[in-house]
Amino acid sequence: MKWIKNILDNMRPSFEEGGKLYAFHSLFDAMDTFFLTPETTTTSGCHIRDAVDNKRTMFTVVIALIPALLFGMYNIGYQHYLSIGEVHSYCENFWGNFWYGFLQVLPMILVSYIVGLGIECIFAQVRKHEVSEGYFVTGMLIPLICPPDVPLWQLAIAVAFAVIIGKEVFGGTGYNFLNPALVARAFLFFSYPSKMSGDSVWIAEQGDAISGATPLGEMLAGASAPHASMLDMFLGFVPGSVGETSVVAILLGAILLLVTGVASWRIMLSVFAGGAAMGVVFNLIGATPYMQMPFYEHFLIGGFMFGAVFMATDPVTAAQTNIGKYIYGALIGIMAVLIRVVNPAYPEGMMLSILLLNVFAPLIDYYVVEANIKRRTKRAKVLTKNN
Amino acid sequence: MANNLKLIKNPLSKDNPITVQVLGICSALAVTAQLKPAVVMALSVTVVVALSNVVVSLLRNTIPPRIRIIVQLVIVSMMVILVDQVLKAFVYEVSKQLSVFVGLIITNCIVMGRLEAFAMSHKPGVSFLDGIGNGLGYAFILITMGFVRELFGSGTLWGFQVIPQALYNIGYENNGLMIMPPMALIIVGIIIWVHRSRNKDLCEK
Repeated sequence: MKWIKNILDNMRPSFEEGGKLYAFHSLFDAMDTFFLTPETTTTSGCHIRDAVDNKRTMFTVVIALIPALLFGMYNIGYQHYLSIGEVHSYCENFWGNFWYGFLQVLPMILVSYIVGLGIECIFAQVRKHEVSEGYFVTGMLIPLICPPDVPLWQLAIAVAFAVIIGKEVFGGTGYNFLNPALVARAFLFFSYPSKMSGDSVWIAEQGDAISGATPLGEMLAGASAPHASMLDMFLGFVPGSVGETSVVAILLGAILLLVTGVASWRIMLSVFAGGAAMGVVFNLIGATPYMQMPFYEHFLIGGFMFGAVFMATDPVTAAQTNIGKYIYGALIGIMAVLIRVVNPAYPEGMMLSILLLNVFAPLIDYYVVEANIKRRTKRAKVLTKNN
Repeated sequence: MANNLKLIKNPLSKDNPITVQVLGICSALAVTAQLKPAVVMALSVTVVVALSNVVVSLLRNTIPPRIRIIVQLVIVSMMVILVDQVLKAFVYEVSKQLSVFVGLIITNCIVMGRLEAFAMSHKPGVSFLDGIGNGLGYAFILITMGFVRELFGSGTLWGFQVIPQALYNIGYENNGLMIMPPMALIIVGIIIWVHRSRNKDLCEK
């Protein structure tokens, strides 16, 4: 680590004010704090002394995303070769599958990071603040929630839109009220529906041998049960967005997030509770095949799992109070299943329900705090009366 | 003369009805998916504001203050009906596209706002200029939005193909979000953002 410090210290003078590379100082700051703990400390207000700062927290999430990312790469290759009839079992042609998926996903990640960080740097430069670390997570989430076939120029526009309109206009990381990754996804979904939904986008360069419909798409089309087996859906060997298919891989990430305390267990738990509750209600009504689908299968298909673990728990856009988190999470689960089953126009309800609740999170917090104030004033009045 | 010029110039930028006063947003979102209806709508509103400004200004000393709103509404409705008839006679297709929004000019806040804030207290001549100015301010934003939304949403301008077919062949696609109202709101937001960052005195503290 010493040599990195030496390099950075040698470079520092030219990036300081008056140096010839001052124009790129925000980029330098970003690299500096990325590798080494900054020497500056908070000088005012009360603060907690901790090795974990914003950048480390964000990186924990990126690490938690790695299982889903790696599995996603493998699955893309697997689905591709399966559709052209070259593989027949999970582990056949292992490295071939992985390599194919890797080549498919790597450009998406590069586009996402280059465009996103580029815009972040420009804003940091103009507004004279640090390049914020929030984009590390967003930049990784965006490729994971897109179909493997998404054209890169569309991805680039969506990333630019998400970073500028979803985040920077409101003041940058920490001030956005919508999850930027979902803003990018929603932008793509509404702008280029032919590349984001339907049967032909979920498998890269699909052959004719099998249908490319996702389990979600099949259910929406009126199937009585998804074509894939429960095990396939649990392990993730089904067509879908890059990182969303495997429940196992997402659970690995979820464990890391919960153990490190980065994500709120209250939100995760209540999203599942809300989804299950709504699923049970639909099971009881049972008017269509989709309503009859066992409630727990909602967790296996589509992006429910991924949304619950990585999207709903975004600390910036979620509710902040503990009671608020339960309400927020439960409503996300309820809405997601409701939109899936009842609204034929939108196959995936998770994206829309999280965005909707992002908007309502401050309101939920407001009423939770108000209720608390009311309760305590009441108690204070009782006490003064007794005295 | 300088003052008269100001009546026309101010609503175009510093006192724009849409981006500064935030009036008439509803129609701005609804009719700007294409350039042609946006232009027709902008013209209609300009005519209605200017003419009703003149009429109200002429009557301003005889209108009893307590019923002035209803009187203004009657005058505005009359102008809107005239405009609507002209549109139906000469540009029937566009009039059908605009549908209910021509009628809704009656409730357009810009019209009522100018009547209340200006025509009720000024002479007919300057009121006319004020109406034209505000209409043009509205038109400027509407046409900008119509231009952007039609170009990126449909690849056309005024109904003619602008983005070459070759671009579609290599994978370009129209942006479906552009022709939906949410994007119109975002475009208004971006215009306001650009406008305010160029005119710092408009920013709230």
